[in-house]
Amino acid sequence: MSVHTRCVVKGTQGIQTWWRALIAALCAVACVFSLAACGSDKEAGKIRIGIKFDQPGLGFKKAGTYVGFDVDVAKYIAGKLGYSEDKIIWKEAPSKQREAMLQNGDVDMILATYSITDERKKAVSFAGPYFVAGQDLMVRKGETAIHGPQDLNGKRLCSVTGSTSAVTVKAKFASQVQLMEQPGYAECATALFSGIVDAVTTDDIILAGLASASRGRLTVVGKPFTQEYYGIGIKKGDTAFAQQINTALSEMIANGSWQRALAYNTRGAHFKPDLKYNPPVIQKVDEQ
Amino acid sequence: MSTTKDESSLLFDQPGPRGLRKIRIANWLAGLVFILVIVLILLRLHNPPDGENQLSWELWKPALETEAWTDFYLPGLWMTIKASILAVLGSMIYGFIFGMGRLLPSKIVRTISGVIVEFCRAVPVLMLMIFFWRWFAFSGMSEASYWAVVLSLILYNGSVVAELIRSGVGNLPGGQREASLALGLTQTQALMQIEVPQAIYAMLPAAVTQLIVVLKDTALGSIIMYTDLLQESRRLGSMYFNILQTLVVAAVIYFIVCALLSKLARILPEHMQKRTAATATPVDVEPVAPLAIMDASNVNQIAVAQEVDGNRYGGAPLQHHVHHRGSNASIRQWRHTRYIQGYDETHPESQEEVHNREIPNLWKRKSSETDDDAIDQQNHSTEKS
Amino acid sequence: MNDVLQLFSQYDIPGAFLVNIELTLWSALFSMILGIVLVVMRISPVSSLRTVSAAYVALFQNLPLTIIMVFMVLGAFAQLKLSFSNQFDVNFFWLAVVGLTLYTAAFVCESLRSGINTVPLGQAEAARALGLSFSESAFQIILPQAFRGSVAPLGNTFIALLKNSTVAAAASVATESSSLMSEMIEYHANSIVAIFFIFAMGYVILILPIGALTTFLSNKLAVRR
Repeated sequence: MSVHTRCVVKGTQGIQTWWRALIAALCAVACVFSLAACGSDKEAGKIRIGIKFDQPGLGFKKAGTYVGFDVDVAKYIAGKLGYSEDKIIWKEAPSKQREAMLQNGDVDMILATYSITDERKKAVSFAGPYFVAGQDLMVRKGETAIHGPQDLNGKRLCSVTGSTSAVTVKAKFASQVQLMEQPGYAECATALFSGIVDAVTTDDIILAGLASASRGRLTVVGKPFTQEYYGIGIKKGDTAFAQQINTALSEMIANGSWQRALAYNTRGAHFKPDLKYNPPVIQKVDEQ
Repeated sequence: MSTTKDESSLLFDQPGPRGLRKIRIANWLAGLVFILVIVLILLRLHNPPDGENQLSWELWKPALETEAWTDFYLPGLWMTIKASILAVLGSMIYGFIFGMGRLLPSKIVRTISGVIVEFCRAVPVLMLMIFFWRWFAFSGMSEASYWAVVLSLILYNGSVVAELIRSGVGNLPGGQREASLALGLTQTQALMQIEVPQAIYAMLPAAVTQLIVVLKDTALGSIIMYTDLLQESRRLGSMYFNILQTLVVAAVIYFIVCALLSKLARILPEHMQKRTAATATPVDVEPVAPLAIMDASNVNQIAVAQEVDGNRYGGAPLQHHVHHRGSNASIRQWRHTRYIQGYDETHPESQEEVHNREIPNLWKRKSSETDDDAIDQQNHSTEKS
Repeated sequence: MNDVLQLFSQYDIPGAFLVNIELTLWSALFSMILGIVLVVMRISPVSSLRTVSAAYVALFQNLPLTIIMVFMVLGAFAQLKLSFSNQFDVNFFWLAVVGLTLYTAAFVCESLRSGINTVPLGQAEAARALGLSFSESAFQIILPQAFRGSVAPLGNTFIALLKNSTVAAAASVATESSSLMSEMIEYHANSIVAIFFIFAMGYVILILPIGALTTFLSNKLAVRR
C-alpha cells in the first residue's frame, strides 16, 4: 500500500458543493453589504443631525438617548423648525468626516464642536455661532501651581492625537512642557486622575463637560486664551436654512433656554463661559 | 499543531522518588511566586500611590451593568464582528482570485498577482487603514472608517489566503492533476475544477485562524475612529472615567471570542479531511507559515520545484530528495509535502517517514492520548493507506 | 514630483522609519529572551511552570495588540507607575517596546515549539542516555537544534513584529511612521496617494531583505541529517 493508490480524483464530487459554498459566501457578502447600505437612506419628515457621541457634556450617547449641550441646542432648533424629538435621527459626526457628511447629504446639520474657519467655509456653510469656546486647561482639584498656560513649563500636558491645541501651548506659552497624546479626552482625564499628567488642554466647554462628569475631582482653570466660534454646519450655500436656524438660535438665547442648557450640561464644574463673547452674537448670514 | 503534546516527555527520564519530590517542591515554589506577583499587582491597583482605588465597585459597576452591555459592548462587538465577517469573506474571494492568478499558466498574470500579493503582505495594516480612511473621507464617502477597516483587512488577509491556496494546491498529491489531465481536462480546467476546490477545503481551517487574526486586527480600527468594541469600551469609560475597567471587560470579550474561534480551528480539520486529498492541517492560533516568495517556510516547495526542474533530461529518477539530505529547515507539515510530492515508486522504502513516527509516551500513560495525537495518527494513516 | 521631494525635505521620513526599526530591534531582542524562557518553562518537568507558560501564550495570542498597547499606557504606566524615564518621549517608546515584547514573545514561544518538533526523538534519547539532566539536554542538545529548525517561523514572527511596530501609535509614540503618515496626510491631502506609497515602499524595502535573509538562514543553519 502506498500513496498513489488513493489518488482518486476527488474534485468531481466536490465541485457542486464548492460552487454552492461560493454562492453562499457571495449571498452572505451581499447581506452584510445591504445592511451597511441601509444606514444612509433618507426618511421623509425627519431631520438628521450630526453630533459627537463620545464627548460628555456636549454630545454623548447614554442609555439609548443623547445628552449634552450640542444635543440640547440641536433639539431646540429642530423644534423651531417643526421637528419634534422623535423626528430627529442622530448621527455620529467624527471630526475628520464632518465636511464629507454634509457634502454627501448624510446629515442636514452638524453640531459637533465644529469651529467656523475660513478653510471649512470653502466646503460647507455655517449658521450660528451658538457658542464661543476658548482653549483652556483642566487640572486636578486643589492644584495650586497652574493658573494658565504660562505655568506649564516643566509640567506634563495631555491632548488628543492630531489636535493642535497642545502644540499651541508649547509654541506660545511654555516651551518646556512635555506632551502626551491620547486618542480621546477621556484617556487624558484618566491620565490626569492618576497623576501622570498635570493638565489637559482643549476647548473650555469640552473640559467643562469632562469636569462635570468627574464627580468634582477635576476643575477647569477658567482663563481661556483663544476663541473658537462653534457653528452649525449645513450644506454649502443653503442661506434660507441658515437664516431659519439663526432665528431659532436668537430666540433660544433671548428666552434663557440657552443659558439653562449650558448650566445644566456643565453642572458641578462651576464653569463660566468667556463672558466677553458669550452668549454669542449671531452673525448675519452672508451671501456666499 | 500538537499544542497539547507533551514535549517534555522526550527531555527527561521518568523521575524517581527523589526527582518527584524535587519537582513537587519546584512546583509549589513556582506556583507561589506567580500568585505572589498577581497579588502584588492587585494590591498596587487597590492602593495606587496617587489616584483612586482601581478595584472599587464604584468604578466596576458602570462597566458591568446592563446598560453598558446594551449600549456599548454589544453594539461594539457587532460592529467588530460585522467588519470581520465581511473582511474574511472578501479576503476569501480576493485570495481565491490572486491565488489562482499565481497558479495560472500565463506568466504575466502570475507576475502581476505575485507583485500585488507581496505588496499587500508587506505593508502594515494600520497604514493601509489610515490611507484608505483619509482617502475615503477625502473623496466624500460615507462610513469611511468602516470601509477603510474592511478593505485594508481584505487586502492583507486576502494576500495570506492567496498564499494558502497556492500552497494548498502545491500540497495536493500529483496524481490528482495527472488523473484529471488524463481524463482530458485542460491545465486550467484541472486547476479550477479539481485542484483548487480541494485546496479550498484543505485551507478552511487556516481560514478560521485567519478570522482570528482579522478579529484582532479590527481593533486597529479604533485608531481610525471605527466604533468597534475597543472604541465603544473607551467611550463608555469616558463617562465615568473608568476606562481601565471597561478596557478589561473588552479584553475579556476579545479573549473569549478568539479562544472559541481557535477551538473551532482545531476541530474543523477532522471534518474537512473527508473532502480533500490534501492534508487539512490543524494550524496554530496564528498561522506560522503564510507562504510567499520571500517566505522561508517555502523552502521545501522551492527545493522540490528545483529538483523537478533539474531532472528534465530524464535519466534514473532520484532515489532521495536533494532537499532531504540538504535541510530540515521546516516545520513539520511541510516535511510531508516533500515526501508525497516527489514519491518515487521504484523505491517505496524511501517513503519511510523518519520524523513522523509515534513518540513513545514515557511521561504519560497510553490512555492519556490527546486529541492531537489522534489527529496525527489519522493523518499518518491516510498517507500510508 | 517636486511636491514629493519637498515632502522629503519637510518631514523626517527616514527618522520615522528609524523609530520603527529601533522599536523592532529592542522588542525582537527582549521577546526572544522571554520566548526562550517561556518555551523552557513549557517543556520543563514542573507542571505549574508549564501551566503558566501555556496560559501566557493563550492570553497574548488571543488579545489584540492595540488593546495591549493601550493597557501599557493607561494600566502599566498610569496605574502601576511603570516608568522608564521622566522624558515622556523616551518613556512611551519603552512602554511600546514592553507591549510589543509581551505580545511577540507568545509567538516566539510557539515558533520555537514548532522548531522543537523538528528535532528527532533520538537526539533527546541520546542525550538522556549520556546522562544529561533536563537543563543540560534542553540547552545543549534540543534548543540549539530547535532554534535552527525554527528560523522560518521566527522570521515570519519578526516580519510581523516590524509591521506591528506601527501600532506603537496607540501607546503615544508620536514619532513613528504611521503617525508621521497621518500627520503628512493632514497637511498635504492632495498628495495622499504619493505619501502612502512612500511609506508603503519603505516597508516593502525593509521587509523583502528580511524575508530573503530568513530563507537563506533557514537553509544555511538547517541541521544536516
